Amino acid sequence: MALGLEASLGDSVLTTKLDAVINWGREYSLWPYIFGTACCAIEFMSAAASQHDISRWGAEVLRYSPRQADALIVCGTISYKQAPVLKRIYEQMSEPKWVIAVGACATSGGIYDNYCTLQGIDQIIPVDIYVSGCPPRPETIFDALMKLQDQVRGESVLQDRHKDYKGILD
Amino acid sequence: MNTTALELIQSTFPDLPCTASLDAVVLTVQPEQLETTLSRLKNDPELQFGLLVDVTAVDYLTYPVAQEARFAVVHTLRNWEKNQVVQVRTPVADPAIGVPTATHLWDSANWGERETFDQYGINFQGHPDLRRILNHWQFEGHPLRKDYPIEQGQVCYETDSLEKEIKARLQAKGVDQTTMQDINTEIMFLNLGPSHPATHGAIRILTALDGETILANVNEIGYLHRGFEKTAENRTYNQIVPLTDRLNYCSSMINNIAFVKAVESWLGVEITDRCKFMRVILTEFYRVQDHLVCLAANLLDMGGLTNYWYLYNQKEASYDFISRLTGARLTSSFTRVGGMYRDFYEGWEADMEQQLRDIEKGVGDSLKLVLKNRIVHDRSQGVCVMSPEKALSFGFTGPCLRASGVPFDLRKDNPYYHYDAFDFTVPVGSRGDVYDRIFIRFEEIAQSISIVRQAMKMIPKGPVNVDNSQVSLPAKSEVYSNIEGLANHFKLVFEGVRTPVGEWYDSFEAANGELGFYFVSDGSGRPYKCKVRPPCFYMMGGFHEMVEGSMIADAIINLGSINIIGGELDR
Repeated sequence: MALGLEASLGDSVLTTKLDAVINWGREYSLWPYIFGTACCAIEFMSAAASQHDISRWGAEVLRYSPRQADALIVCGTISYKQAPVLKRIYEQMSEPKWVIAVGACATSGGIYDNYCTLQGIDQIIPVDIYVSGCPPRPETIFDALMKLQDQVRGESVLQDRHKDYKGILD
Repeated sequence: MNTTALELIQSTFPDLPCTASLDAVVLTVQPEQLETTLSRLKNDPELQFGLLVDVTAVDYLTYPVAQEARFAVVHTLRNWEKNQVVQVRTPVADPAIGVPTATHLWDSANWGERETFDQYGINFQGHPDLRRILNHWQFEGHPLRKDYPIEQGQVCYETDSLEKEIKARLQAKGVDQTTMQDINTEIMFLNLGPSHPATHGAIRILTALDGETILANVNEIGYLHRGFEKTAENRTYNQIVPLTDRLNYCSSMINNIAFVKAVESWLGVEITDRCKFMRVILTEFYRVQDHLVCLAANLLDMGGLTNYWYLYNQKEASYDFISRLTGARLTSSFTRVGGMYRDFYEGWEADMEQQLRDIEKGVGDSLKLVLKNRIVHDRSQGVCVMSPEKALSFGFTGPCLRASGVPFDLRKDNPYYHYDAFDFTVPVGSRGDVYDRIFIRFEEIAQSISIVRQAMKMIPKGPVNVDNSQVSLPAKSEVYSNIEGLANHFKLVFEGVRTPVGEWYDSFEAANGELGFYFVSDGSGRPYKCKVRPPCFYMMGGFHEMVEGSMIADAIINLGSINIIGGELDR
């Protein structure tokens, strides 16, 4: 849902220019919330450490409060036990928000096709970018970040992207 | 085989059937005799099996060899001073009746029995808190039973409140609402996790606070339960190697090696000398890696961000060597039953030496910051103390047990892979506080680097894989040029390495402590049961004992100091 400024504007001609300004700001200041559960989180630690340095994409301000973050980066296996927690955190994030599913487990359950593992987080929350790998290298995480920036650049602030989404916990 | 242990146990329990399996003595008892047997094993001055290593069960529903009952509960005990292991098997015909609990003998039985109940549905009579631990509270059925289909997932709609448990814990500590009313205050409940940066993974820590002091604490784990054991039952032994990477993912190679060592011991395969040295070098190198991550994160929790860069950057740099060797940064999958994926590459010695020097520099830089740092001392000395008796009772092993002053290290006490030929010392703490746990890891890094250097001088030339067509894949030239080689390759890949029928336990000194594997084989290429004895599961079981009475901020650094790795904790 569109919040704040954009909500009161309606579909006016101004917003096409505002889109460009707001998206420019948003794409270079993504504040990630790291939902790290497993091995992928260790690779994310590498991505954040000085050799790879995630701040080159303006995304180094890691927030551990969902209310201060706009990019939910899910690093690791999500079990059925964990699923309600992830969903709650996603709901606590304010709009606009994006989700990156890092690694095979978050994307599809990965090698854990069994009784306790959620077969992909898109069953409970909408996902924007999927990252392959088990675990993905830091470069791959940056690739996802750049893809997300591309996506943000092309969005309209008036659009509600996930109003039709319905997951298994909804 | 440990003949003295077998004779000793046989003479002590002349009425009980007693056999040997690898290094362990296996006793079979009936449920009604279990309590007296366990208590005697623990308290008899001749026996003194003070460490309850693991509790698990086996479901023999589809087992080809006829058994006394469908289930059997297995307690694994260790006398660490004499290097003796005994396994007590108890046949259980009716899981609803089950067996008596051992929680009054060992604190580690609490979580061990809860897991057995959760996974197999076996009741433990008299257990103070028998409820699920790995699976969620809305789960129905018991997943490790053979008649539970592996793919049958069950959705959890809500997280357990743990209200009853924390209140029970407060009661046990003698705190109730009236005491608080007397001093005009209220108990504050603070929940940390399961998604919190300080929990280093997915653990839920629920505390009842008086101001900032923890009155009571209960913990919930299982958020990263990924069904390792059930999945392993459907894989060949070599296919399980990649799964073991993801147990303790900070030191994946150690799990790989511990796993194949357990399989090779049962097969009776003697691996080549070069392979043994390779495994020693890689184990110790990964032990350093594991400690680097643990210390980096722990000091970061204390507010020393610079240490994180000094230590973690060295781990990052080591990935250059690791990925050149194994092809992967984190998940090595480098071992095979009977050997390794491949030999070291040409010129590895120089790369390794460079990495070791870099690590020494990083550790040295970090030590300059922390060794005489008043803040580090004040925050860690005398904080979250674990006495040696309690540590043993909770099933601590590895650096955390040694920090409490118990010099138990499988590399010294049950040497494998020529560990007796290396010159190294086992650092031991004096108080069992956070300070000891931190500095034992710093010291172990130095010791491990020294072992790697010694092994690099001693490593012989020769093949890395055993020359045994039942275990190792044939050379590619054989596979492509003759039918025997092709058939051999095909059978090994499709059917897996066949292991003789039986049950065995084998252990390994991993970075966090005793990493054990308990297998049941039905003679096929896939394990009938594969149970991991993860070191940090039992350490987390003793977490409340360490933090109750401390400040909430101490609980955070204590969690970092015991190095909980979710993959291994929840499997």
